[in-house]
Amino acid sequence: MVAKERGAKIIHVDPRFTRTSALANTYVPIRAGTDIAFLGGIVRYILENELDFREYVLAYTNAASIVSEDFRDTEDLDGLFSGYDPETGVYDPTTWQYEGQEAAVQDRDPVMERETAMPLQHESHGPGVSGRVRRDETLQHPRCVYQILKRHYDRYTPEMVERICGIPPEKFADVARAWTENSGRERTTALAYAVGWTQHATGAQNIRTGAIIQLLLGNVGRPGGGIMAFRGHASIQGSTDIPTLFNLLPGYLPMPNAKLHETYDDWVTSICHPEQKGFWYHAPAYCASLMKAYWGDAATPENDFCYEYMPRINGDHGIYKQVLDMIDGKIKGYLLFGQNPAVGSINGRAQRLGMANLDWLVVRDLFMIESATFWQNSQEVETGEIVPEECRTEVFFLPAASHVEKEGTFTQTQRLLQWREKALDPPNDARSDLWFIYHLGRIIKEKLAGSTLRRDRPIRDVAWDYPLHGEYAEPSAEAVLREINGYSLETGQTLRTFGQYRDDGTTVGGCWIYCGVFADGVNQAARRRPGKEQTWVAPEWGWAWPGNRRVLYNRASADPEGRPWSERKAYLWWNEETGCWDGYDEPDFERTKPPTYRPGPEAEGTEALAGDDPFIMQGDGKGWLYAPSGLIDGPMPTHYEPPESPVRNQLYGQQANPARKVYDRPENTTHPSPPEPNVEVYPYVFTVARLTEHHTAGGMSRFVEHLAELQPEMFFEVSPELAAERGLTHLGWGHVITARGCVEGKVLVTDRLTPLRIADRIVHQVWMPYHWGPSGWSTGDSTNDLFTMVLDPNVLIQEGKAGTCDVQAGRRPHGPDLLEYLREYRRRAGIEEFHHTPIITTDAAEASHRCGRTDDGGA
Amino acid sequence: MGVRTWLESWPVYRQLTGSDPLGRGKAAMSRRSAELQPRTETADSMARSVCPYCAVGCAQRVYVSDGRVTQIEGDPDSPINRGRLCPKGAASKNLVNSKFRQTTVRYRRPYSTEWEDLDLDTAMDMIADRVIAARAARWEDADSEGRPLNRTLGFSGLGGATLDNEENYLIKKLFTAMGAIQIENQARI
Amino acid sequence: MVAHEPRTVPTETDLRDERLIRENRIFGPLDPAPEAGYGMDAPPRMGFFTDTSVCIGCKACEVACKEWNNVPETGLDLLGMSYDNTGDLTANSWRHVAFIEQPVSREKLAERGTATGGQAGKETPAFEGLPTSRVAAPDMAARAATTGKETGTRPGVPPSPEPGAAVEMATEFLGMPSTVLPGQLPGGERTDFRWLMMSDVCKHCTHAGCLDVCPTGALFRTEFGTVVVQEDICNGCGYCISGCPYGVIDQRVGDGRAWKCTLCYDRLKDGMMPACAKACPTESIQYGPLDELRERAARRLDHLHDIGETGARLYGNDPSDGVGGDGAFFLLLDEPEVYGLPPDPVVPTKDLPAMWRTAGRAALAMAAAVAVAFLGRRP
Repeated sequence: MVAKERGAKIIHVDPRFTRTSALANTYVPIRAGTDIAFLGGIVRYILENELDFREYVLAYTNAASIVSEDFRDTEDLDGLFSGYDPETGVYDPTTWQYEGQEAAVQDRDPVMERETAMPLQHESHGPGVSGRVRRDETLQHPRCVYQILKRHYDRYTPEMVERICGIPPEKFADVARAWTENSGRERTTALAYAVGWTQHATGAQNIRTGAIIQLLLGNVGRPGGGIMAFRGHASIQGSTDIPTLFNLLPGYLPMPNAKLHETYDDWVTSICHPEQKGFWYHAPAYCASLMKAYWGDAATPENDFCYEYMPRINGDHGIYKQVLDMIDGKIKGYLLFGQNPAVGSINGRAQRLGMANLDWLVVRDLFMIESATFWQNSQEVETGEIVPEECRTEVFFLPAASHVEKEGTFTQTQRLLQWREKALDPPNDARSDLWFIYHLGRIIKEKLAGSTLRRDRPIRDVAWDYPLHGEYAEPSAEAVLREINGYSLETGQTLRTFGQYRDDGTTVGGCWIYCGVFADGVNQAARRRPGKEQTWVAPEWGWAWPGNRRVLYNRASADPEGRPWSERKAYLWWNEETGCWDGYDEPDFERTKPPTYRPGPEAEGTEALAGDDPFIMQGDGKGWLYAPSGLIDGPMPTHYEPPESPVRNQLYGQQANPARKVYDRPENTTHPSPPEPNVEVYPYVFTVARLTEHHTAGGMSRFVEHLAELQPEMFFEVSPELAAERGLTHLGWGHVITARGCVEGKVLVTDRLTPLRIADRIVHQVWMPYHWGPSGWSTGDSTNDLFTMVLDPNVLIQEGKAGTCDVQAGRRPHGPDLLEYLREYRRRAGIEEFHHTPIITTDAAEASHRCGRTDDGGA
Repeated sequence: MGVRTWLESWPVYRQLTGSDPLGRGKAAMSRRSAELQPRTETADSMARSVCPYCAVGCAQRVYVSDGRVTQIEGDPDSPINRGRLCPKGAASKNLVNSKFRQTTVRYRRPYSTEWEDLDLDTAMDMIADRVIAARAARWEDADSEGRPLNRTLGFSGLGGATLDNEENYLIKKLFTAMGAIQIENQARI
Repeated sequence: MVAHEPRTVPTETDLRDERLIRENRIFGPLDPAPEAGYGMDAPPRMGFFTDTSVCIGCKACEVACKEWNNVPETGLDLLGMSYDNTGDLTANSWRHVAFIEQPVSREKLAERGTATGGQAGKETPAFEGLPTSRVAAPDMAARAATTGKETGTRPGVPPSPEPGAAVEMATEFLGMPSTVLPGQLPGGERTDFRWLMMSDVCKHCTHAGCLDVCPTGALFRTEFGTVVVQEDICNGCGYCISGCPYGVIDQRVGDGRAWKCTLCYDRLKDGMMPACAKACPTESIQYGPLDELRERAARRLDHLHDIGETGARLYGNDPSDGVGGDGAFFLLLDEPEVYGLPPDPVVPTKDLPAMWRTAGRAALAMAAAVAVAFLGRRP
């Protein structure tokens, strides 16, 4: 609102008119799951009218880079890029490379890359791309990125945007004009999204489209610009930086892969890519310091820092695969740390059936959430699918400490670490998760202390000495943060920057990107200099990674010569007199590297970054309009229909993302989608989101009276047109049906929802909040039960925002009748037996496969 | 209490003799009202914290009296929220003090229809035993081509993203030491 | 549209005047604290200015109020009044965020002669070009008007003049003849839409009916000019309920006492901001000396009129109105009735002076009798 008062124009794009829409300047309704078509239309508008910030684009992006002559676009192949293998359902990315670099990706294993969500490992950097690229600075070469982009989006016209998204052309023109007019030298535009945007089968590519626009308009690395993810949990950024994810180690180091990283050298080399530019060049130091942090004295240069201790991944070990393995009885035990998958995860029935087939389950939470009580009150108990007397899962509920009853850091959505002081001890048996995991480790270490088994050596050797304090023997969170920051084994001093990390075993460092948070032995995350006593950048409130930089890639806020693009948008500039980068922020660049610096022909790593290469983590130092490497499903975002859609793809024969990750399981049936028949059985689009008054799966709001009373029960929203079509009445009961489940709630018939004209027909959308479950003060059905597990291939995030459904008035059947009711729907849709929408819906697959063949070496 | 003081405590006296002839203001002020103080002022301690809900990172001040949280409100020093909070952040005291909060260990035996109490130390010991057994049950030394795996698929973990960085760090470290690769977080979801 | 002539509103300094205090004790412009015995050097009158044009309907004010004042929950009841599940100001809800859904038809837009129904800064109508054919708002309003909600309190005077007001307003806004049934929209479609949100609160009137009729001295005027129920004095007689022209104050069931917004009297004493204003993320709720707030409100109103928000108006800021002006006043974007506020509230004790002369002697005699009784009680 402050921005709006200062004259900023706010555009809100959302399937329904929300509280945000109410205060925005322009509200743009959109069909759920069609973001790439909409944004692709903006890309076309920019290129067609040459509205890009040309100097920025030329200097800082890969617009001029020349792509392989073997590359074929979706325009050539009916929605597929070159290199698609219909057998495996993934692409060989050889032909997507820059010209002359095709051979660089020849050893790649695209199937493995999808299964292990390998692009996520590149979250903060570009995958291997050589710094030496052929360019055409005139942007006229037919194979330069600029021209390829132009051709790729040529058919994303305002009329096409309307046909796909339902956005009227006048409104589209408003947005396109506002965005482009507010970008350039003097002005910047910010793109903000909530993470529902990522929860699509094209999740990563949605964000990529936004990134392309922001790069074309010069809105990256500059104040008031950028792409802002409004992430939904207090330390969800921290949970990715210091991940509890199967394929990552702290600081986006990849989890060792059995096939690709057999030796320590394999592992380290795969990260640092010696031939490329940028800071990943120093990965050997980051890796060695992590190994020292893990294995302590046992890790030496001679034994490759105990790399042999590291467990290896070699496929999909993600949460959805785990759930299916639970159903199959392959997983014996499950530990939940403040997470409520029985409500929060998609296909809730599969989640609960999985939990009901464990040997044991540990639930750590503040409240008796559904993931602890699934054997008592879940919908499956109601239907008889889970019988408490026959359910063997042993459940331990361990009460957790709240955020004020422990100390530690959260990393908020803009990479800022903030230390929380402890206000008081937790009550009764409640303990912090730090306490739990430390003491669990201690007890296991004690139990295995005498073991001679080889597999127990890592447990015996793991560095697990943390000072304990207080009545409960609470481990010191500051000591852990100090280890994360890193310290010198020679001096015992904490390190100031990750540049001080060593690859010879003389430094310990748990997460290289967090180095500096404990600089000078001081907890920098605990800094709380009042905002009013600082500059508007507020560098002394908390600590942001990397190196306390508040705007990433901020070198781009100055022109190639190091001058601010305009006085109005000055942020960082080169000071000739002092030979340093000056400005309001820490430079996200080598402080003393002048704009005129040019690397020698043999330069590698950071030395290879020129003085005007702001994208210091990319292999070529440039912002990527086109991603030659690193994405599983194509170098450019392409509109695909959601895996479940009522309409045919208007642009290509290929209906949905051809590289999406699917699980062919009876628990996970998918509705028919065009060009299949029987689409009308589940004719409506539904999408889900949060309410301001609740939090995610409700564990922290349905048990909190002052929140629950504000949105007291499950409801869903429909337009008056849909209400008339289905006989729904305001505040009456209604239910939503998919092949996976059925959810009832009160109907809110509201003018805030609207039908859309898609292609030549009317499409209705239903909006549902997903906060409820059978436990807590406020209870109700769980909306996420309606979804099927289909994942984005890059990061294995689920399609959790767009599906098809039917809506009916009245309550749903309760008890065993519910199963018959759902079965009847599936029978009518012709999917009584397991069904999965075909992956390939175009005849071009073979052609794509042929284009991608690289028997001749590719170059 | 002197007669005068005592008499002055009588509203009608004050009304008739003071400057509040209609008795609607100063004369009507009760002793409680006169002595009222904000409880933040009288709190035993104040801790500076961060809201546990979304990722904006609004700073909070947490006031404690007699071992109980008595107030949580926005920290005006924060350049992020400047003292403000959304409804969830504003309900943080209610979250911490909720009457629905479960603060003791509960245990459900296999095939049981009810919860039982369990001592925390016993629970920790039982969990450690089960982790060790599950780890052994599906331990894998190497793949079919003899390449090392050093891992177990016997158990898995899923964390919420309200875990502290320090907690996530130790969870990943312990899981890795145990060879347990199946660890996931809300950050995927 | 009505042209809004800027009215000159007297400042509190003007109102802190011996003559006004003497003559307007019961009705008319007045600075209430000096009248209530705090002298001419009482602290400046403090209040709320609630600017609904920046309210995002988050309800942080409702929660922050309950958290600070330990106000009980009101139970679980989905009201269907848009996103309002609180319903009203009650003894258990001292802040209440109202939500009003207003579809606008093409005809109505044309009639107003603006592209977007006079909504400031709106570029294109929300649903322009979409296949809309009906409206739901009158239905929603009709349903809401009949919702009987168990609040755990004994509600006072309903604030809306009539139960059907919301329905009528919704219909009016669409430019529909009143004979058309809810949901039907002949010859048009909803082209634009606006969602009004407003955080309502006790008005802390200059002439507070509740306070004037309170027989126990439980309700009193503070040194800040605010009106507070003293929970240690209130005996639950309930007279105050009918005294409030806004229907704000009522009794808590089981407890029996009257409860309402205290403007966080305890916080004010320490120079702190009331809990709701402190939490409000957009500064829709502003707290401060009333003079300052009125100046700010006048500037804001001018600005909104300048940018074409023609429906913007101030409510409760005029010391010459029926309650002598409110300590908590509002900037609204539509008629007060749309928000469920009475258009012309008048303190019920307006005619008291006339009665007072005759009742005066009797009252004095009564006071003397009570005094005797009180003195006799001394241990």
